[in-house]
Amino acid sequence: MSEMPTLPSRKLEISYHIPINKTKKFWDGLREGKIYGVKCRKCGKLYFPPVADCGECYSSEMDWVELSGEGEVLTFTHIIIRPTSFQDQQPYTVAIAQLKEGVKALAWLKDVRRKDIRIGMKVKMVPRISEEGRITYEFKPAEKKE
Amino acid sequence: MKKVAIIGVGHSRFGERQDVNVRELAFESVKPALEEAGLTPRDIPYVSVGSIGVWYEEPLPAVAVAEYCGLTGVGLTRVEAACATGSAAVYSAYTAVASGYVDISLVIGVEKMREVDTFTAVELMGRAGSYLWEFENFGLTFPGYYALYATAYMNRFGASEEDLALVAVKNHKYGAMNPLAHIQREITVEDVLSSYVVAWPLKLYDCCPITDGSAAIVLASEEKVKELKIDTPVWIAGIGSSSGTGTLSYRSDFIGLDAAVKASRIAYKMAGVEPRDIEVANVHDCFTIAEIMAYEDLGFCDRGEGFKMVREGQTEIGGRIPINIDGGLKAKGHPIGATGVSMMVELTKQLKEEVKPSSRQAPMKNYVALAHNVGGTGHYCYVTILRR
Repeated sequence: MSEMPTLPSRKLEISYHIPINKTKKFWDGLREGKIYGVKCRKCGKLYFPPVADCGECYSSEMDWVELSGEGEVLTFTHIIIRPTSFQDQQPYTVAIAQLKEGVKALAWLKDVRRKDIRIGMKVKMVPRISEEGRITYEFKPAEKKE
Repeated sequence: MKKVAIIGVGHSRFGERQDVNVRELAFESVKPALEEAGLTPRDIPYVSVGSIGVWYEEPLPAVAVAEYCGLTGVGLTRVEAACATGSAAVYSAYTAVASGYVDISLVIGVEKMREVDTFTAVELMGRAGSYLWEFENFGLTFPGYYALYATAYMNRFGASEEDLALVAVKNHKYGAMNPLAHIQREITVEDVLSSYVVAWPLKLYDCCPITDGSAAIVLASEEKVKELKIDTPVWIAGIGSSSGTGTLSYRSDFIGLDAAVKASRIAYKMAGVEPRDIEVANVHDCFTIAEIMAYEDLGFCDRGEGFKMVREGQTEIGGRIPINIDGGLKAKGHPIGATGVSMMVELTKQLKEEVKPSSRQAPMKNYVALAHNVGGTGHYCYVTILRR
């Protein structure tokens, strides 16, 4: 910070309580080891992450669909300089993968050495409870089929 | 729609500006802009203020700034379009005059980003996109968003980290010639490659700095331009605006920004020009990869050819189309709300052939300039075409 004279403002800690009422099945699914997307009953569009309303045809009739989690890495980055609220984490790898069902997903890619990560590598998206107790999901390298 | 001209510009020094608060910083631009236009605050019916805020103490920056600049009572809006906020503020003020609703308007872009520490700034920028699906659990940062594009782009087209570095080297070369730039220092490819990794494959010198700054422009209708006897008005010939998804994983690919393609086609059509008519441009080089994708999105070259334009020096003064010859976001700095307005100030000076030092002046024949201002990672895009 600069050496100019400054007045420190009052501190305010904010945490938003984000409503998940309409996508609760997704979060419950993660606890049960399942990854859900939704499919619009009217136009058939598949969404991941899930939505309660279809922006394509404006229907709110959505069906929950379990996803295989199987996919291929489209792109990735290693986040070295982390935000304030991720300072207690080691640097992490974020990847976007194309899932078998046709949707894409973004998540951390774990359990693989950085130098072994390639675009096109096969991954599987799995639910996970983080060390902080948050429900989340991550990519892991897909099991090699013998 | 009425013709709209830029009749006054102002620009603060960019940098870490803890010598001033947000009001004082805005004043540094508003004063010269009004002076050049020959106007006082009483002559202004509408002000559009571009500022993201959150990194400084005032939640209502438009009100704070208007009050400080003696503009209280004016029709007033605060605009947000992520890093394209400045251009969005121009768009708002432009439509007010073009529609005939007012005959004069003032645009103020201002940002104070250095009142919080770097990691907090990284957090606040990273949250902007799709908080729930890409930040809450995955802590994706703004460099990270563009790094995802860089990885995909390099893999697809064979561009190297050296190619990205050349963008930084070029823009620092011009930043070193701009007395208002945040970083007035030349760098080498080796400096870029050896700087620390921020979000692989992007390194420190692939990223623009976190900057404080302001810029202001006065807009007027054709009637007002005549009435005020403005010598050299610069006309807003075209403005295009478009947007992309907030959630990156909803996008079809990661090698270009659809919002920029769409916004530019709207602007070209409105101005009646083509990419080859543009003689000088400022593009949104928040990261080196962003400048390369911008060349392609704007149609200056084909998809996958952008990095070759840099390699061949086509975007330097003396090349086919000089780009970011004020240092760009990369060296001039990127005070988010001010950036789009700063592009208008720079291009107005280029079109009027008033750039100092003159070694930074682009050669002009037909006097057509383009500003490309992206918000987020193609979450928003504004393309503005100016003509003398």
